[in-house]
Amino acid sequence: MKKFLLTASAAAIALTGAAGTAAARDQIQIAGSSTVLPYASIVAEAFGENTEFPTPVVESGGSGAGRKKLCEGVGENTIDIANSSSRIKQSDIDLCAQNGVKEIQEVRIGYDGIVFASDINGPEYAFTPADWHNALAAKVLKDGELVDNPYKKWNEIRADLPDQAILAFIPGTKHGTREVFDEKVLVDGCEENGALEALKAANAGDGKAAEKACMALRTDGVSVDIDGDYTETLARVDANKNGIGVFGLSFYQNNTDKLRVGTMGGVVPSVETIASGEYPVSRPLYFYVKNAHLDVIPGMQEYIEFFVSDEIAGPDGPLAAYGLVSDPELAKTQEKVKNRVPMGALN
Amino acid sequence: MTDLTATPALADAQNRSLFKRGERTRRRHATERRFRAIGLAAVIFGILALVGLLGSILSNGVSSFRQTYVALDVYLDPAKLDKTGDRDPEALRKLTTFTYQPLIKTALETLIEEKGISVEGLGAKDAEGIISKEAPATLRHFVLANPSKIGEAVRFELLADGRIDGYYKGRVTMETAKLDRNVSPEQLMLADKLKTAGALSTRFNWAFLTAPDASDTRPEAAGLGVAILGSAYMMLIVLVLSLPIGVAASIYLEEFAPRNRLTDIIEVNIANLAAVPSIVFGILGLAVFINYAGLPQSAPIVGGLVLTLMTLPTIIIATRAALKAVPPSIREAALGVGASKMQSIFHHVLPLAAPGILTGTIIGLAQALGETAPLLLIGMVAFVREFPAAPPGGFFDPASALPVQVYNWTQRGDPAFIERASGAIIVLLVFLVIMNLGAIFLRRRFERRW
Repeated sequence: MKKFLLTASAAAIALTGAAGTAAARDQIQIAGSSTVLPYASIVAEAFGENTEFPTPVVESGGSGAGRKKLCEGVGENTIDIANSSSRIKQSDIDLCAQNGVKEIQEVRIGYDGIVFASDINGPEYAFTPADWHNALAAKVLKDGELVDNPYKKWNEIRADLPDQAILAFIPGTKHGTREVFDEKVLVDGCEENGALEALKAANAGDGKAAEKACMALRTDGVSVDIDGDYTETLARVDANKNGIGVFGLSFYQNNTDKLRVGTMGGVVPSVETIASGEYPVSRPLYFYVKNAHLDVIPGMQEYIEFFVSDEIAGPDGPLAAYGLVSDPELAKTQEKVKNRVPMGALN
Repeated sequence: MTDLTATPALADAQNRSLFKRGERTRRRHATERRFRAIGLAAVIFGILALVGLLGSILSNGVSSFRQTYVALDVYLDPAKLDKTGDRDPEALRKLTTFTYQPLIKTALETLIEEKGISVEGLGAKDAEGIISKEAPATLRHFVLANPSKIGEAVRFELLADGRIDGYYKGRVTMETAKLDRNVSPEQLMLADKLKTAGALSTRFNWAFLTAPDASDTRPEAAGLGVAILGSAYMMLIVLVLSLPIGVAASIYLEEFAPRNRLTDIIEVNIANLAAVPSIVFGILGLAVFINYAGLPQSAPIVGGLVLTLMTLPTIIIATRAALKAVPPSIREAALGVGASKMQSIFHHVLPLAAPGILTGTIIGLAQALGETAPLLLIGMVAFVREFPAAPPGGFFDPASALPVQVYNWTQRGDPAFIERASGAIIVLLVFLVIMNLGAIFLRRRFERRW
């Protein structure tokens, strides 16, 4: 026992001693959006396979958290690249500047579609943004008057929608997807069905307040916030056959045998319809690069160029096959990445 | 006045017979029966919950230990791989996996032709779709290691695509394949015919335990190698740090420390620390070890240190209990024959307390092994494909951990990852059971009772 204790404590001392002399990092560290995570891990895997550099480490944790980590400072124990499913905010840029992270590159990798899908055995849905606003908003316009949402079934909103109870599983407020849902579905729908005008009138012409009111959701249990990931939404739809879930296009494409996708404004969501802009609910995906690390961490420049190369991010690459809508302006991005152009001020 | 002496209670007692139960006895017995029934129901409920949980994990996960492979003779075409013919390793390294894809396609087409297989409605791109996207990487790896084999036909055991694999595990059926955009019924028919021809087989999946994680498009290639190694590294660090520190602290507190307010405060704090939610230790680890001490992210060293902090209170409490259980007569006898206090503790008390200490340590380690929350904050919940180097340098390389891998896989879109996650849970449970059995064995084998 005595001998054992002695060796154990000797090892402990050796260990803490080694901690002081941590070797230089040779793996790229990436963190951020869980929406970008699958794409980033596909690229990281291919990068590790095809180059001499080790496979980068990709962490999830959310867009905001990733950007904050990026802006923690410069140095080997900070991350190199932040994945983000929404654009960087002025507050992030300020934080970066404050911590000495001066040059950041913004790289747009493509677009992500957001789809509305229900159980495969249920009826087909043909939605418009206006339907969604009517279904989920706290206050809707009925017979020319703003009233508390009275709708219980989809066919009460529009006669040609199915005779099914309204039940929606939408992403929780911490998700980047929710922002797009709010902007491209609820606010647009609000404008479409005329509720925006009425709300503006009710708010004494204040457009901002009216938009905010458009995004206010009913609280009677018809709209359910899902704070987990899409697998949780899928499990909820599976348990409630009436439910309609909000998914990312790539997640839906992996589960086409369980989900039936609804159209939006008559357009079926697909990589093509999103690329052409016909399908309205989509958003750009980004990653942000700390330029100060470019020549310090081996393989960083190569990774970034590899990511946006035609072979990977192009329309025939593995990312598009997994559900990323490739960016028509990819050539421009490749040029920018090559020249390490830092991003300018937000407009 | 005789009626006064007969109180009601006495009258009741006189009515009672030893052979006939009274009202109160019956009530008391009924209460006892009810209590026993409730207790039994609780036990049955617990067992059912356990059986349900294990059943669902096993039924989902056992299949991850088997994997479908396609045996394929691939002609390593020099016209494609080495145009100059000088086998220059530099030039070979420049070739990406995209160059190797057509080789697999050709090899598969040859195989289909050789075996005389025809499937109606099979598209041009469908055939190669039954092979995993991992296959070109396997080929490239092989060619880089054996450049002399270029120009020969080499037999490869390539992974079948996750959906084909799912077909043989019952996850994918002809009906779902019709709706599934990633697999077609024709592909399943082709797989069936290849199986009859002996080119496709399902066997034990060692790669699940040794291979690193794979991206979302290749569930069939995903394994637990990095996670098992990362967990092992962390457990090693936890063991090496928390056992000596914990035992030293307990011996001091139990045997040497004076009983005063200060030690009381320390005691209360240790007990409280054991109840602190584990995520708090993660926040502490992020602030102290990464931001202040500058240790790398996602590394087992930080994970190990954080888990050490979490395990220490458990070990201290267990060790003190074990020390307390050693009868004072042992100490007194040792002191009586002239041993110093230190000698009495290290020669007599500690060996007797050792089984209890080790049991507590193993239980603490088992707890640490299953912990995810603190690792979330120090960057270990990540996609890591590189194996960490050998210790001690490897402690500073990025790694994953078993529970983290479970968490990661349940978040992925492809349903094949649900099977993998359940498989990982089985592996984790096996490790936990082994550790707990070890603890029980130590206790049974070495514990002395007085």
